[in-house]
Amino acid sequence: MSFSFPILPDGHLLAIEGLEPPHIGALLDLAESYALLNRQGKTQRDLLKGRTLINLFFEDSTRTRTSFELAGKRLGADVINMSVSNSSVNKGETLIDTATTLNAMHCDLLVVRHAQSGAPALLSQKVSASVINAGDGTHEHPTQALLDALTIRRRKGSLEGLVVAICGDVLHSRVARSNIHLLTAMNARVRIVGPPTLIPSEAMRLGVEVFHDMKAGLAGADVVMMLRLQKERMTGGLVPSSREFFRFFGLDREKLGWAKPDAIVMHPGPMNRGIEIDSAIADDPERSVIGEQVEMGVACRMAVLDVLARDLRRNA
Amino acid sequence: MRDLMIAGARLLDPATGLDAPGDLLIRGGLILDHGSNLTRPEGAEIVDAAGACLAPGLIDLRAAIGEPGAEHRETIASAAAAAVAGGITTLCVLPDTEPALDDPALVQFVLRRGEATGCISLLPYAAATKHCEGREIAEYGLLIEAGAVAFTDGRRAIGHARTMRLALSYARAFGRMVVQHPEEPGLAAGGAATEGELATRLGLPGIPAAAEAMMIQRDIALARLTGGHVHFAHVSTAAALDLIRAAKAEGLAVTCDTAPPYFDLNETAIGDWRTYAKLSPPLRPEADRLAVVAALQDGTIDAIASDHQPHDADDKRLPFAQAEPGGTGLATLLGVTLARVHGGDLPLLQALGLLTARPAGLLGLPIGRLAKGAAADLVLFELDRGWQVKAGALPGKAQNSPFDGRALEGRVVGTWKSGRRVYGA
Repeated sequence: MSFSFPILPDGHLLAIEGLEPPHIGALLDLAESYALLNRQGKTQRDLLKGRTLINLFFEDSTRTRTSFELAGKRLGADVINMSVSNSSVNKGETLIDTATTLNAMHCDLLVVRHAQSGAPALLSQKVSASVINAGDGTHEHPTQALLDALTIRRRKGSLEGLVVAICGDVLHSRVARSNIHLLTAMNARVRIVGPPTLIPSEAMRLGVEVFHDMKAGLAGADVVMMLRLQKERMTGGLVPSSREFFRFFGLDREKLGWAKPDAIVMHPGPMNRGIEIDSAIADDPERSVIGEQVEMGVACRMAVLDVLARDLRRNA
Repeated sequence: MRDLMIAGARLLDPATGLDAPGDLLIRGGLILDHGSNLTRPEGAEIVDAAGACLAPGLIDLRAAIGEPGAEHRETIASAAAAAVAGGITTLCVLPDTEPALDDPALVQFVLRRGEATGCISLLPYAAATKHCEGREIAEYGLLIEAGAVAFTDGRRAIGHARTMRLALSYARAFGRMVVQHPEEPGLAAGGAATEGELATRLGLPGIPAAAEAMMIQRDIALARLTGGHVHFAHVSTAAALDLIRAAKAEGLAVTCDTAPPYFDLNETAIGDWRTYAKLSPPLRPEADRLAVVAALQDGTIDAIASDHQPHDADDKRLPFAQAEPGGTGLATLLGVTLARVHGGDLPLLQALGLLTARPAGLLGLPIGRLAKGAAADLVLFELDRGWQVKAGALPGKAQNSPFDGRALEGRVVGTWKSGRRVYGA
């Protein structure tokens, strides 16, 4: 697949905000083709041959790191995982030191997860590699939004006009922010649903409708996207208890009944079963597309690596 | 010391409303006379002002300095160099240092270090509470005897209402003000930017703008209760200014200052994660900036202070939420204030008054004017001379200017302290 315009003109993927619909559409098309290849068991090991991809994770992650690792390996890159445990990160000073180290290693593609919003952007100013944000604080998680969009598109045909309800801890969710930017850019109708203590200030200015009641928020929804409720949020007093949260905002069979009969259920993982989602829903093959999300994750990350590598080849 | 005449200047004295061409004659470090066609004394040194503006040296009500305790960021000597380059001749410094200035010996130490620079009057605030911890009030009487100019916990809010009440009551006995950093600490805890759309987009923890107004409302009530003088530093929101305006109308001893970032920048300056624009209080939406300009115009704001806070690269080259808040402001205080003059928001004399006579009034000191017999603390500046703020090329040690890249009109060309030239060729 070739494109007549640069898909990621900065040479990085730091955020969904700022990407235009044609860019998003092109990434999804490319990802779709990789999804097909993956199902056929075909690989393209020459595409990133001789390139070094470093997974730099300042926060624990299993699925995102593994997904990038697999994506890089399927395209032939040398993949290295660097985990920097939180305890050893003395604030962000090491971020700049790490950048110096990575430059010396001639890293081509750098996948970064960090607990601080803006950390990948800061790194991108200091490293020569192309930087992919794999989740920064409460800011963005762009590849998650791409894989969610691809999953929805495959199930529903198009994103345009769909009603997507994003439910739970929106305040602390980078997944929600990236999804809001992507889905509104593609003309989906986005709702966010949660208790007021977990809804960010001025959220409606992001082009979404805000609901504090699941029944109203899920009414007529095509997609129900549940977010992970971080356990530490409860100790912060933002919600009084997990049982109260589950009672009013956890997705169970009854609440799902308020959405469209063919509504799909999504979750970025890892799930807190019995807190934001009932196991009966999470494991229901008729409604849950959580497994497909993981599959599309690898395809989307291959597409992003491919697009960034085209620029690497151009510069080489 | 030879007599000195600064000739051919535009004399500006906000205290009297003087704005006229003329000369100014200095003898023995004092202003001997000023006016047009002064007789030049035999042997006097002549400085040709070439029509530049000559005004009282600026009085900066609020600067944090690294000394004592954080000399790697800024020393008193380096801050003094930056201040005189900005036309400042009197600098009030915050007491929340390491250790905090809560002991007469420490106040005297800072005074002596200021004198040693030989170029500036350094006036230390003393801690309002011991160790600036907000619990027990400090020894106000002894601290005043040592040279403290007023009381504050600096960049920390006095959060406990009873402590603030005691501070205002007790300071009243000595006729001094208590300066508050007006931010409700519990509500603001952990925040990095003003709460709202931008903070939501950037995924940054927010500080609601109401954190400022509610602290000001509380302290106005305490001023009413105690009769004490509360002064609010770096006021930045429309709601807070409305409260202060009403308290002044009521006749309470309530005053305030603001700082250049709050009338020159708005929150969009933090876009792209610019940590140099991370300040405390955080930059606000445009509507608040406009309210600050309006409060400068109508006199609700009593002074413009630099709110100088030095930081080094290790403090600022971090993810936004982890970076230290605060920006330098000494060298840009006059230039950014003059931007409001050039922009048509403030008459020149009114703007200069906010930097000279009015802060002098708050401190109760006979400085900040071109009076005969007063110390010859002076600034000479070219009103229309353009320059660009460049972090890395500013005078002084700390370079973390929120105005990095800003083009300004109005540049200091000379500063005199007690008749001695301390800046400019």
